[in-house]
Amino acid sequence: MSGGYVAQQLINGLILGSMYALVAIGFSMIYGIIRLINFAHGDVVMIGAFVTLGLAQVVGVPFPLVAVAALATGAAMGIIIERGAFRPMRGAPQVTGFIASLAVSIMLQNLGILILTGQPRNFAFPDYLQKVIRVGAVSFRVIDLCIMLSALVLMCGLIFLVQKTRLGMAMRATAENLDVARLMGININRTIMATFALGSCLAGISGLMWGGKFGQIDPLLGFVPGLKSFVAAVIGGVGSIPGAILGGYILGLSEVLFVGLLPPIYSAYRDAFVFSTLILILLLMPNGLLGKRMEERA
Amino acid sequence: MGRQRNKLMFPAFIVLGVVFVLVARHTLNDYILSIINFVGIYIILAVSLNITNGFTGLFSLGHPGFMAIGGYVTAILTFPAGRKSMLLPDMPAWLAGIETPFFPALLIGGVCASITALFVGVPVLRLRGHYLAVATMGFLIIVQVLIINMESLTRGPLGLNGLPLFTNLWWVFPWVVVTLYVSWKIKFSSYGRSMLAVRENEMAAQCLGVNLFRTRIVSFAIGAFFAGVAGGLWAHLVSAITPGSFSLILAFNIVVMVVVGGSGSISGSFIAGILFTMLTEVFRPLEESLDMYGLGEVLMALVLIVILIFRPGGLFGSREPGFLIHNEK
Repeated sequence: MSGGYVAQQLINGLILGSMYALVAIGFSMIYGIIRLINFAHGDVVMIGAFVTLGLAQVVGVPFPLVAVAALATGAAMGIIIERGAFRPMRGAPQVTGFIASLAVSIMLQNLGILILTGQPRNFAFPDYLQKVIRVGAVSFRVIDLCIMLSALVLMCGLIFLVQKTRLGMAMRATAENLDVARLMGININRTIMATFALGSCLAGISGLMWGGKFGQIDPLLGFVPGLKSFVAAVIGGVGSIPGAILGGYILGLSEVLFVGLLPPIYSAYRDAFVFSTLILILLLMPNGLLGKRMEERA
Repeated sequence: MGRQRNKLMFPAFIVLGVVFVLVARHTLNDYILSIINFVGIYIILAVSLNITNGFTGLFSLGHPGFMAIGGYVTAILTFPAGRKSMLLPDMPAWLAGIETPFFPALLIGGVCASITALFVGVPVLRLRGHYLAVATMGFLIIVQVLIINMESLTRGPLGLNGLPLFTNLWWVFPWVVVTLYVSWKIKFSSYGRSMLAVRENEMAAQCLGVNLFRTRIVSFAIGAFFAGVAGGLWAHLVSAITPGSFSLILAFNIVVMVVVGGSGSISGSFIAGILFTMLTEVFRPLEESLDMYGLGEVLMALVLIVILIFRPGGLFGSREPGFLIHNEK
């Protein structure tokens, strides 16, 4: 096993990790603010991917604009899901919201099958993005580089927004204590909506990245990134944005290394590995790596 | 008066059921009979998940995992020894020689599922609420991956096919009765009361001397037992078993039945089990004729969201219809 091979695997892990991280951020933000595990989040990834595909290959919109459109679609989907399903249920037990999000997820997947058929579609990027770059023994495509860099830019932007702006302050206050935040004059509904919009726009753009990375999309594609990113969010500590980013990279790297470095018979156990890690982390350190301690409910 | 009427209710239900089974088996065609069998299996699944999910409030998505365990164990045990050597040449010799009748195989399947539930439950049941849901979902996926990879026992993703067609209404109906009876007895015993207490308020229950951990794990294991049996019945009804059948979608469907019926209500799960299985069967030809696959799932999900918004307690809440309950006086 040469150093080059390991370096290549590390790069692959980082690419996968950036995508997990982007989706995990949304999970974490939404959980942080209304204590809801939103399983429909993965399907926003799917919708982002299909909107990009439609705009880029059917309408012929130039590429950078498509990326903006993917962000906007994600945000719009987030707002629609929140208004349609979760706002009417606010105040219900946590599990109610969780079941509802599963229902929304199944609905979106099957609407996708209904409208677009279950047939996988090819997802091709313009040639200048497909070009392969070689650095020593490591090779990657321009699109992979774009994925990693734009993920970093988006994460920095998000952290800035949450830490330095009025909206971000409102979000943090609401996450800390919804009722007190309301008493302080924060418009709770608008803040929650903004959280959904922000989290989901990152999911929308990672749909674009997912398509670019794997070259094929279908209406059920959101399921796997949704689940894995949730695991990533738990590893980092649900509710914490830096935690979600860290968790995403850890999961991406360890998944790729698990498959790449161990003998091939183990690679079929990849998902079992991911979910055993999840259960272990839930049991041993329920607050994750960077999560704040949640008080035990009496 | 009330008490006597209730004592008669259960035998009346059994007699009615037996008459129904007799009539159905002589008048209806195989297709409709198989749907009725499915309805029965879904009733077992919903009522048993209701013990775990409804009584004790353990939100488990792992039910299909236990079904898969029970189903595979039953299938391997009943599989004719002659065909075993052909389909599964790598199976350990002691297993390959075994060929048991259906009933002990079902029991062993259920017990295996139950034992797994004990082992999984000890660590996992420390989690609460949706963390538990996620962990049991992880369990479901791990079971699937293991089944896919244990090719010498399960033939991996291909699954086992050509299983003997043992399951018919004479098998399903008694199991429905047993499931209903056991869960009814649990609900109206002191054990069931402590389960409901754990669901409502853990701390208060603990203060009253309820052993939280034991209550949780027992309700988890009982639910798993019936799920395992249902898995065995299922496998020998469709005569095949593949890891793909025991998906998260199935878990979701069973949860929908429990929630729509009202978590904690046995009659609710029973009725919701019937309604939803019938609905899916109605939707299937509709989807095919309209060429709109997925319509059924979309509508199911919509119904669920609407019920969660407007009637979060489900159809029955935790109650049972008045004419079935013991009169207190």
